Amino acid sequence: MRYLEEIKKTVTQPWTIMEVCGGQTHSLVKNGILNMLPKEINMVHGPGCPVCVTPTSLIDKAIYLAEEKNVILCSFGDMLRVPGSGKSLLDAKAGGADIRILYSPLEAVKIAEQNPDREVVFFAVGFETTAPANALSVLHAERMEVNNYSILASHVLVPPAIKAVMDDPESKIEAFLAAGHVCTIMGTSEYHPLVAAYNIPMVVTGFEPIDLLQGILMAVKQLEAGEAKLENQYTRMVRPDGNPNAMEAIYQVFEVTDRTWRGMSNIPESGYQVKAAYAAYDATRKFSVNIAEAPENPDCISGAIMKGLAKPNDCPNFGTKCTPERPLGAPMVSSEGACAAYYHFSGLLAEQEV
Amino acid sequence: MSKMSLSCPMPKLDFETITLGHGSGGKLTNILLDSGVFEVLKNDLLDKRHDGAILDLKGKVAFTTDSFVVSPIFFPGGNIGELAVNGTVNDLAMCGAIPRYLSLSFIIEEGLPMTEFWSILLSIRDACLAAGVQVVTGDTKVVERGKGDKIFINTTGVGEVHPDAAIDLTRIEPGDKIVLSGELAAHGMAIMSVREGLEFESQIESDTQPLNHLAKELLDEVGNDIKLLRDPTRGGVATVLNEIARDRDLGVSIAQRDLPINDQVAGACELLGLDPLYVANEGLFLAVVAEEAVDRFLTKCHANPVGRFAKVIGTFTAQHPKKVVMTSSIGGKRVVSMLTGEQLPRIC
Repeated sequence: MRYLEEIKKTVTQPWTIMEVCGGQTHSLVKNGILNMLPKEINMVHGPGCPVCVTPTSLIDKAIYLAEEKNVILCSFGDMLRVPGSGKSLLDAKAGGADIRILYSPLEAVKIAEQNPDREVVFFAVGFETTAPANALSVLHAERMEVNNYSILASHVLVPPAIKAVMDDPESKIEAFLAAGHVCTIMGTSEYHPLVAAYNIPMVVTGFEPIDLLQGILMAVKQLEAGEAKLENQYTRMVRPDGNPNAMEAIYQVFEVTDRTWRGMSNIPESGYQVKAAYAAYDATRKFSVNIAEAPENPDCISGAIMKGLAKPNDCPNFGTKCTPERPLGAPMVSSEGACAAYYHFSGLLAEQEV
Repeated sequence: MSKMSLSCPMPKLDFETITLGHGSGGKLTNILLDSGVFEVLKNDLLDKRHDGAILDLKGKVAFTTDSFVVSPIFFPGGNIGELAVNGTVNDLAMCGAIPRYLSLSFIIEEGLPMTEFWSILLSIRDACLAAGVQVVTGDTKVVERGKGDKIFINTTGVGEVHPDAAIDLTRIEPGDKIVLSGELAAHGMAIMSVREGLEFESQIESDTQPLNHLAKELLDEVGNDIKLLRDPTRGGVATVLNEIARDRDLGVSIAQRDLPINDQVAGACELLGLDPLYVANEGLFLAVVAEEAVDRFLTKCHANPVGRFAKVIGTFTAQHPKKVVMTSSIGGKRVVSMLTGEQLPRIC
């Protein structure tokens, strides 16, 4: 508890710090850290929940493929309960669509091999962390000549999201904890320009309670000293140049594109799409899907939450109209969503001493 | 697979798989039953082959039923057969009863290999012997392919309530201790490790085992100082604690560092993004024990292999009624809520 004591000794004034990654949000809430921090420190929860930012229309598209095109749709489990415009993948599964929960896209390639007469689509959702595995699945399918496999890519990137959060005129964020796992893949070089452009401290941080406390301490020390630099708390995992092999796989299959983020609208150059050279493995090119863009549920304030402008329990629908059983938006169901973290671990008592 | 299967070879049959006719009630049904079911599960009451069994029970009787649909039907550490026996035996034991008799119903999907049915049958026999119960009546139905999933089993059981038992949630008071009799989450993770699409190598085995002998020893020793017994199967320990807190209108406070969990199971949970507090258990119970009796209770647990990892994990409190609050390993506090839907794996 040395870090906690040191945070208390160091802090002299209020600071607002955003942890970018939903895994960090959950660790903060699950381990009771939010309630242990001195009240000067206001942690706000960032957009680093891939399931939460996947647009409604893409979920609709996945459901359409499974229901209308007789596709075996494979997905990480997190995605299943997230509501599309009409229903969720779990609803479609209950209705008879062939939807399978996997832990690895390579499993989906295997399913494609075993079912040569069916098309198999992997719903490739995620930040830079899952991109290498999804890219590898395409490369593996190509090598094995599995032609009935494709991915429905919805990859998003952290640095443009940080930029979008900072560019919001209402933003009050004074420091960032950057996501350790993303930097394990991509390295830290992308973050120097952000630190310089916004003159803001940034600490690459891990996910264990001790990591988070140390990351917060490093950020508070910078803030108190009036500094703004990039620091790395997660040195046991993150090297400045990341994982070159993983990045090579990503760049072979994917290219940067504009993306719509659920709740946050379009962010330029904020995602990956499959390169034309691998069009045969791109579900959006392989299947013609004409689905109208679905509007967001107006009652859900997930955009404001993910930009750090509001806390989950600021939402009038939190725990009443919106619960994990009947969610209005994705952050209430994803295991990385801020609303789910508050709901599950704080029992409607977030921020309050229990 | 059963250790005893070698000593009990499958009889020679002119069919290799179970078909619709085996559930018709006619000749094929008799061939299936005569091929071994009656012989393997032999006892005086079953041998009468009547429509039902006439039982001789004394005092208060506990009565419970459970259906088993686990997939896959064979998993590390057990199969659906022994699970079906242990599940009902344990539900009776949690009532403070000495389990005596079971009914046994099979719903079989046509095409089940006879060898698999035989293995299941032998492990049912072994589980009955271990628990000291008898199967005294039963039923077999066969459904078309695609209308079931290999085999479903229902067991119903009766048992005589221990004279000193006073299992009653309303007797729980602030200060009462919560004891967990074994290590968390092994069964759920054993099943997860062999589910389609996972394929991680693991040594994790299901903890399925009968709890009735230990439960009886504990009732003999501390009697009505045991206020509640529950087996935290589906929904795990968190769900059971929430149910008790809600129904008794008291708070529960537990400490993360006191939770008994095997390193491998903890690692698998971490890897798959599952919280062990919500993962199913089959071979452990949660007991609420008066504070003054808890030392004797634990000593008795530790003397029996079934309870060797038993630990006090928490206490009832008048504070935060209806809420389960856990002190994390670093000293923070959080509410442990009830599980919503099925626990789904996380994404990264």
